[in-house]
Amino acid sequence: MSTVAVTGLNATDNPAPGVAVARALKDADPATRVVGLAYDLLDPGNYAPAWFDDVFLVPYPSQGSDVLRSRLTEILDAVRIDAVLPNLDSELPAFVALEGWLHERGVGTFLPTRQQFDLRSKLHLADLGERAGLPVPETVVLSEPAELYTLHEKLSYPLVIKGVFYGAAVCHSLEDALHAYHDVLAKWGAPVLAQRVIRGKEIDVCAVGDGAGGLLGAVPMRKTLLTDKGKGWAGVAVKDPEALAMTERFMDASDWRGPCEVELIRDEDGKTWLLEINPRFPAWCYMTAAAGANLPWLAARAAMGDTIAPERGFTPGTMFVRISIDQIARLDDYEALATTGSLVDRAHRFQGEDR
Amino acid sequence: MTRRPYERPIIVRHESGLGNKLSRVPALRPQEEIDGVSVEELVKTYGSPLFVFSEQTLVQRQRALADAFAVRWPKVRTAWSYKTNYLDGICRVLHREGAWAEVVSEMELDKALHNGVRPDHIHFNGPFKPESALEKAFRGGTLVHLDNFDELRRAEQVATRLGKRPGVAIRLSVAAEGIPPWTRFGFHLESGQARDAVRRLLAGDKLDLVGLHCHLGTFLLDPAAYREAAGKLAAFAEELRTEHGIRLQFIDIGGGFASHNALKAQYLPAEQATPSFEQYADAVCDGLRALQGPPKELPTLVLETGRAIVDDAGYLITTVHATRRLPDGRRGVVLDAGVNVLFTAWWYRHDVVPTRHLAGIPEPTVLYGPLCMNIDVVRDALPLPPVEAGDRLVLRNVGAYNVTQWMQFITLRPAVVMVGRNGQHGLLRKPETLEALTSWEEVPEWI
Amino acid sequence: MNLGTRLGDLAISDSGFVFDPYTGASFTVNATGLHLLRALKDGVIDRAGLLAGLDEAFDVDGADAGRDVDDFLGQLRRYELLPRDFELGASEVTP
Repeated sequence: MSTVAVTGLNATDNPAPGVAVARALKDADPATRVVGLAYDLLDPGNYAPAWFDDVFLVPYPSQGSDVLRSRLTEILDAVRIDAVLPNLDSELPAFVALEGWLHERGVGTFLPTRQQFDLRSKLHLADLGERAGLPVPETVVLSEPAELYTLHEKLSYPLVIKGVFYGAAVCHSLEDALHAYHDVLAKWGAPVLAQRVIRGKEIDVCAVGDGAGGLLGAVPMRKTLLTDKGKGWAGVAVKDPEALAMTERFMDASDWRGPCEVELIRDEDGKTWLLEINPRFPAWCYMTAAAGANLPWLAARAAMGDTIAPERGFTPGTMFVRISIDQIARLDDYEALATTGSLVDRAHRFQGEDR
Repeated sequence: MTRRPYERPIIVRHESGLGNKLSRVPALRPQEEIDGVSVEELVKTYGSPLFVFSEQTLVQRQRALADAFAVRWPKVRTAWSYKTNYLDGICRVLHREGAWAEVVSEMELDKALHNGVRPDHIHFNGPFKPESALEKAFRGGTLVHLDNFDELRRAEQVATRLGKRPGVAIRLSVAAEGIPPWTRFGFHLESGQARDAVRRLLAGDKLDLVGLHCHLGTFLLDPAAYREAAGKLAAFAEELRTEHGIRLQFIDIGGGFASHNALKAQYLPAEQATPSFEQYADAVCDGLRALQGPPKELPTLVLETGRAIVDDAGYLITTVHATRRLPDGRRGVVLDAGVNVLFTAWWYRHDVVPTRHLAGIPEPTVLYGPLCMNIDVVRDALPLPPVEAGDRLVLRNVGAYNVTQWMQFITLRPAVVMVGRNGQHGLLRKPETLEALTSWEEVPEWI
Repeated sequence: MNLGTRLGDLAISDSGFVFDPYTGASFTVNATGLHLLRALKDGVIDRAGLLAGLDEAFDVDGADAGRDVDDFLGQLRRYELLPRDFELGASEVTP
């Protein structure tokens, strides 16, 4: 039986991937013990005992890797962890910095290097596109709001204003852009980017790279239902040789190690553009397990040191529809997390009780 | 029954997004000493507040910078940026390590000379160089970096008067993606102004162009900006070589490397966001690769790194004077040091640590300075367990700009000391006294 | 709502977890805060009584416990766990 730690338990209306990853691991092997590393008392995944055997609060990434290391030391005194799968962009640099230490403590990882992480940052995506032979929509890095006044000389409206980590807004006018600029800046800091809008169909690829230029597994997906915020709420696995080929080119150019999401868009002329590389699993990654290519499990096994043969088969037409339900949470779980910062061995604590 | 240790009673409401601050994470590891000398001993000897500089860190940072570039470029020179911290003791440690001086005023030029720097080992920058300064510079062979056309003309006049033909550099303002342009300094490269300046300088035939200089900005977290700027400087240098036969002695890439501080608008912590000297060096030297010509004629690369060397070496020890409860529930703490001595608190989220283990639940806490001014805030919303009057806090990475930009306002400025490598410590600057302050004042006789 | 009902219905756990069934809010208190909450719930509403209880259970020597108790009560008022006009020794309470 193996134990895998998973982060990103904030499964809200814009969900982080943690719950999906945990569910995929349980699917592959129900004996797997999944340890949730949560950032907030009310992260919904904390209250999903079917997928998380233990939950520990961990410090925010902005507190630095030193603080994370001391918290992980406490956690490792309480439970054994064979591998950790971080699922948020903002925490990756800290986990990457701690990789050597984690390995010494017997915790396996399957992460990109810091260079790979920086390479796919939105700041440097154009360079990466050039290196990999993938077209990237024109992007302007904005260093001050005044640049918005001359932006129309480089990009025409509508355009997208993006934060360097998260956040994106389609803007139709200078007023929109100014508003979005300050909004993104306040949330995610400088710099802010402006990108040409490409109209077309999005294709998202959930992929795992082997760290040596190869692709271990990949499932392309088309969104079939969007929320009013433009987030995918339903989708279907599709056969898309071009999307897979582009994903392979990215792997080859970057030697990417670990999971990622390649966001592509195919315009009305049939040209496919690279929009973004997210350095972690997408929130819809459970679907890969249902499609016969359980990519979270594959990454977990790689992190535990197994030699992994590429698993390139999957079933096109596998569909997902997200569903919002009200999970009943236990006040004593909440109390335990609030007072001790941990919920250890929940299954054992409530043995015999109706869960 | 034995009595348990007392802690201030606290109740904190669980709120979404704040829940995690309640977790039992030892986020504030105490710092009891600085390079082996206890904080208490330093305060007992020199008082509080107190700026403390680590000689060891200063030397390590300077060497790390020089080494990172030396393995990537054949000829490298560092010039200590005086305005970042011009306490004599700091400057002399860096000069001892081989750094030249980079000054931006006649006062700084005099201070560098006073510190024993050879006049021809000084780079003289800045937008304001009066004739007296230019004359002093040209007499001693100081390298003047010209900032504008009026200065070029003034430099020619001074050189003619002295009967000298000095070698000078021109400062260029260069655009790099993602960097707010500092167009108020130097000759613009992209607009063609830099070419005009070179033509004008050659036509005047009174000065020799020996260097190019640019300074992109400050606290630049993306090394790629340096690749772009260095590339543009190199291309311009190539143009000068092929069109005018000019062989430059140096290319000065300025400063701007980030220290291990964190800007207020910065999401990632410094240890993850601040590039290493190696990353900066890779970017700069990549950019310079556009330079052609025989290797032995390659110009010297000059670095004016200030903040990234001295910031990490500086600490501010401060003492809790009082605590209070604010109406919004936050805890307020009044310290004996505020923005009067910690100018950088406007821009940076300074790292604050206690000197003893603080028990208890962290509460959102505002750190105020001692000034009777509403704006005197050192940190807002820092999660901190309760502290008591008399507790010490150490603010880290405060070595850059504070002891040059600080204000004598409302109160006197504290002592600055250096901790040496064997636990020795001594004053870099005495604490101010009222006598020293009033010795500059006069009272007209009719009052 | 009087002091007795509001405090009386507060769920206070040894772990320092406090749940207010009227608002759904929950809180964390430290050991001294827990002690004071329980004392208040038991009807100790005069300063001398609270301080004596604290002194009995904790090593308060050298600390300004009077100031700390006022600050703690201020926090309870802010969270509406005590009536806004509550003052030590001046409120009518039927615990």
